[in-house]
Amino acid sequence: MTYIKKPRIHHPALAKNRLGLTRRDYEGTMSTLCAGCGHDSITAAIIEAFWELEIAPHEVAKTSGIGCSGKTPTYFLKEAHGFNGVHGRMPSITTGAHAANRDLICIGVSGDGDSLSIGMGQFAHVVRRNVDMLYIIENNGVYGLTKGQFSASADVGSTAKRGQINREHPIDSVLLALNLGAGFVARSFSGDKEQLVPILKAGLRHRGFALIDIISPCVTFNDHRGSTKSYQYTRDNYNQLVYADFVPPAEEIAASYESGDARSVEMHDGSRIAFRKVPEDYDPTDRDAVYGYIRERQRAGEVATGLLYVEPAPEAGEEADFHGIQGTVAEPLADYPFEELCPGAEKLEELQGRFR
Amino acid sequence: MKPTDTRNPDHYHRVVDCQWGCPAHTNVPEYIRLIANGQYTESYLLNRKSNIFPGILGRTCDRPCEPVCRRVRLDGEPVAICRLKRVASDLRDDITGYLPTIPEKKNGKRIACIGAGCASLTVANDLLPLGYEVTIFEKLAKPGGLMWTNIPEFRLPAEVLWEEIDYILDMGVDLRLNHPIDSLAALLEEDYDAFFIGSGAPKGKELNIPGRWDADRIHIGIEWLESVRFGHIDSCGDRVLVIGVGNTAMDCCRTAQRLGASDVKVMARKTKPHFKASPWELEDAIEEQVEILENHSPSRFIVEDGKMKGMEFDLVTWHPGENGRLKAEVHGSKVIECDEVILAIGQDTAFPWIERDIGIDFNDWDMPIVDKTTFMTSVPGVFMGGDAAWGPENIIWGVEHGHQAAISIHAWCEGRPLTDRPPQEMNLISQKMGLHEWSYSNDYDEAQRVKMRHVDLQERFKRLDIEVEEGFDIEQTLTEVERCLNCDIQTEFEAHLCIECDACIDICPLDCLTITHNGPEEELTQRLTAPLLNYPDEPLFISEDLPQTGRIMVKDEDLCIHCGLCAERCPTAAWDMRQSDLLVPYAGLKAGDSHPSPLSVALGGPVVLAGAEIG
Repeated sequence: MTYIKKPRIHHPALAKNRLGLTRRDYEGTMSTLCAGCGHDSITAAIIEAFWELEIAPHEVAKTSGIGCSGKTPTYFLKEAHGFNGVHGRMPSITTGAHAANRDLICIGVSGDGDSLSIGMGQFAHVVRRNVDMLYIIENNGVYGLTKGQFSASADVGSTAKRGQINREHPIDSVLLALNLGAGFVARSFSGDKEQLVPILKAGLRHRGFALIDIISPCVTFNDHRGSTKSYQYTRDNYNQLVYADFVPPAEEIAASYESGDARSVEMHDGSRIAFRKVPEDYDPTDRDAVYGYIRERQRAGEVATGLLYVEPAPEAGEEADFHGIQGTVAEPLADYPFEELCPGAEKLEELQGRFR
Repeated sequence: MKPTDTRNPDHYHRVVDCQWGCPAHTNVPEYIRLIANGQYTESYLLNRKSNIFPGILGRTCDRPCEPVCRRVRLDGEPVAICRLKRVASDLRDDITGYLPTIPEKKNGKRIACIGAGCASLTVANDLLPLGYEVTIFEKLAKPGGLMWTNIPEFRLPAEVLWEEIDYILDMGVDLRLNHPIDSLAALLEEDYDAFFIGSGAPKGKELNIPGRWDADRIHIGIEWLESVRFGHIDSCGDRVLVIGVGNTAMDCCRTAQRLGASDVKVMARKTKPHFKASPWELEDAIEEQVEILENHSPSRFIVEDGKMKGMEFDLVTWHPGENGRLKAEVHGSKVIECDEVILAIGQDTAFPWIERDIGIDFNDWDMPIVDKTTFMTSVPGVFMGGDAAWGPENIIWGVEHGHQAAISIHAWCEGRPLTDRPPQEMNLISQKMGLHEWSYSNDYDEAQRVKMRHVDLQERFKRLDIEVEEGFDIEQTLTEVERCLNCDIQTEFEAHLCIECDACIDICPLDCLTITHNGPEEELTQRLTAPLLNYPDEPLFISEDLPQTGRIMVKDEDLCIHCGLCAERCPTAAWDMRQSDLLVPYAGLKAGDSHPSPLSVALGGPVVLAGAEIG
C-alpha cells in the first residue's frame, strides 16, 4: 500500500497571516477517515477559520469523544493541546480544561452518536453551564465506525444502506440547544465552506457556548438514495436561511449591508456578525421565533441552515458564561503558583474554622 | 469558460512540460521511470525513437526540456533530464536487434542529402526502413557534421559519437565522404527523387576590426575546433583570448587549456545575464580556471611585425536604448596581451554553392525561404532542415527537422500533399493498482538536484580526449529519478461521477483545485483557490457541469506534482491517475507504430512498451 503523506511542499503564493503562519501550518496529520468523508471537509473549514482568525495553535484546546468525529481533532492544529476522551464525555473534559485555564480557546468535536445518544446528558449540561467553547456536531445520521446503524439524528422514514427504514423519532440538536438556552446555534453543511467558515469564526469568537450542527455525509454508509443525510439530499433540500458574515473588530461593515436587508449583531470582543438576505419576518435574536421558524421549515421538508440564533453580547459585568456564573478570578487558575492554589492543611483548617 | 477537451493530445502534452519543450517530443517521464526500474535498454530505445542520438544528446543537448521542468517552479532546480539520458545510454545492452530491419527490396526512390550532420542522418534513419536509397554527400573526411568537428572529445567521446552514427550508416547509407557539393544545379540534374539540404551553418562570424588580417594567430572558433579535431592543430600559445561567450567559446577556451595554454580569458561584451552559453558549460569553464571578463568590447588587434601582441578593448557599460535594445557607453580602453585569439561570436549559413537562378528563393538576409511545416524550399522536391534552414540551433532541433522533412519526402515520393501531416495521437491508461496503490512512485521527493562528478582538475588536462563528466553513479541516478514528478501521469476528471464532497480540494498540497460556478475567463481566473502564476502558459482544466450543483471543477495544471492524492481521496473515482502516452508519427508510420526489427520478427510481433512500440 502506498498511502503517501500529504507532501509538505505548498503553493509559492500561499498567504501568511499576521503570525507568519500559512494555512498549511494549521493542519494536523493525514486523515484516516474514508475518502470523501464530510468530516474531512469540516476539518479543512476549521483550519481555514483558525488561520483567518490568526489564532496561535498553542492557545487552543481541542477535545473529542468516540466515533469517526472523535478522530478528527488529530487532523487539524497539530500544535494545539488535545484530549480524545471517553465516549460522550467530551463536554466534561472540555469543562475541566476551561475551568483550569479560561484563556484556552476550546473547540470540541463530537458526532450525532457521541452527543445525542451516549453523551446526551453531558451535552445538555454543558449547554446549561454555558461553557465558553465551540461545540461541533458532525452529523451524519449513522454510526459509521460500527458499520452504519441509525443514530439518534436519523429522520423518520429514512433508509439505511441495506434498506431498513427508521421509525424512531430523531433528536434535533439545534432545537435541543435552543431549548436549553444556548446563546449561539447554527446548522451548516460540510459541502458548503462558504457558509461554514464564517460561522466557525463567529462561533470561536462567541463568548459562551456555541453549537454548530454540521450535516456531514457518511460516504460509506449513508450517501445512498433514501438517506436524508446524503450529499444529494442535503443539496436538494438545502435552505440557506440566513447568510452570516463574520466581521472582525477593526473592519467596517461593507456598505452593502446597510441597505436595510442586513442587520448586525455585536459580539463581546467588538467583532460583529452581519446577516444578509434574512427573511423579512426572521429575527436571529428571537429565540422563540427562531425555534418556530425551524420547525416550520422542517415540516416543509427543508434543511434550514445558517447561523440561526445568536444572543447579542451582554453588558460588561453581566456575563453569564461558565466563569461569570461561578465568579472565578480573571486570571487563569493554571497560571497561579501551586502554593497559592493549594495553600496547605493549615489554611484549610483555618477556612473550615470559619464555618464552625 | 468552455470544458477542456482532454482527448485532444495537446492538452496533456502541454502538462508534460519537458516533452512539450523538447522539439522532438521525447517521452521524458517514461524514460526516467524505465531508468528507475533498471530498464536502461528500453529507456535508450524510447529515447532513440524520437531523438535518434541518446548517447550524444545525453552529453551535449542544449536541454530545452530543463528550464521548463515543473520542478524549477517548485524548488528552483530542474530534474537532470539530460544526464539521466546519458545513464540510459551508458548502461544499455546491445540494441542492434531492436533497430529496424531494412527491406532487401527497395522502393525505387532515391534521396540525396547534403551534409552528414544530425539532420541528414535523421532523414536517412527515417527513410531507409521504408526502402528508400539514401545518398549523403559530405565535404569532410568524416560524417557527423558539427557533432564531430565542433564538440571536443572531453565532452563527447568519439566512440559514443561513432556508435550512434554507425547505427544509421549501417542501415545502408550511401555515404560519399570528401565530396563537397559545389553546385546545387548540377546535383539537381542527377537522378534523385528528392533532395535534402542539411549543410548546417558552417561559417564562423568575422570580426573586422583593425589588425584582423595582420597576424596568423587569429582564428575562427569553429574552424579552429575542426582543425584540432582533425589533428591539424595540436598546440597553442600560452596566453589565449577567446572573443564571445557562447557555447562555442566555452569549447574553445577549454580546448586551448588542453593544448597547453596557461592563461585563457573569455572576453564578453556584456554582463553575465546576457551570456549565450548554457549555464552548465559556463560553470565547467569557470571550474577550469578560465577567466571571463565582462563589458570588454574589442576595438583592435595589436600586431607588431606580424607578431601577435594583444588586443585593445573598449570598457563599456550598457544602458537601455531607444528601441528596447541595450546601448553601450564607452568609459575607456584597455590593452590585454595575448599570443593567440579565437573568435567565437556566432556562425552563419553559407550557400555559395546554390545558384540563385534555379528557383530557390532567398530572403533579405540571404537565407533560403523554407516552409516551417513541410520543410520544402521554393523548388518542389528540394527540402531543407537543421542549421541550414533557419540558422544555428542545437542538435535536437536538427533531429526534429530531419523527422519532419522525412515525413514530407515520403509524402512527396508517394505523390500525397505535404500539408496533410499525420496527426499525433494519445493513449490514456489508468495507473490504479489498488485502493491506494499506483503503478508509479507518487510520493514527492524533496531531494535536491544531484551534482555531476568531474574528473580531477589535474587529471583532465593530460589529454584532449578525457571526458570530464563522469556520469551519474547508481546512487545518484536513484536519487535523481525520484525527483521526476511523473507529469505524464495525468489527473483525469469525470464530472458526472463527482459528488462535490471537496475531498480533493482539501487534500491537494498545491491548491490546484477549485469547485466554483462558471464564469467568463477574466473573472473566473480571479477566484481560484490559489492565484494563477503562469496562466495561460500553463493550462487550466475546466470540467463539464457537476451533477449536484451545476458548478464546475477547475484545475490549474501549473504546479500539480502528480502525487495522486486527489484520486486517492476521491470516493467515487471521479479523479483517476492516467498515463498520457503521446504517440508521435514518423515517416511511413502511424502515430505509435514501429518498424519491424529482427527481435520483433523473432517475437512474432512488435516490442511494446508502455503502450508504445519501441522496436
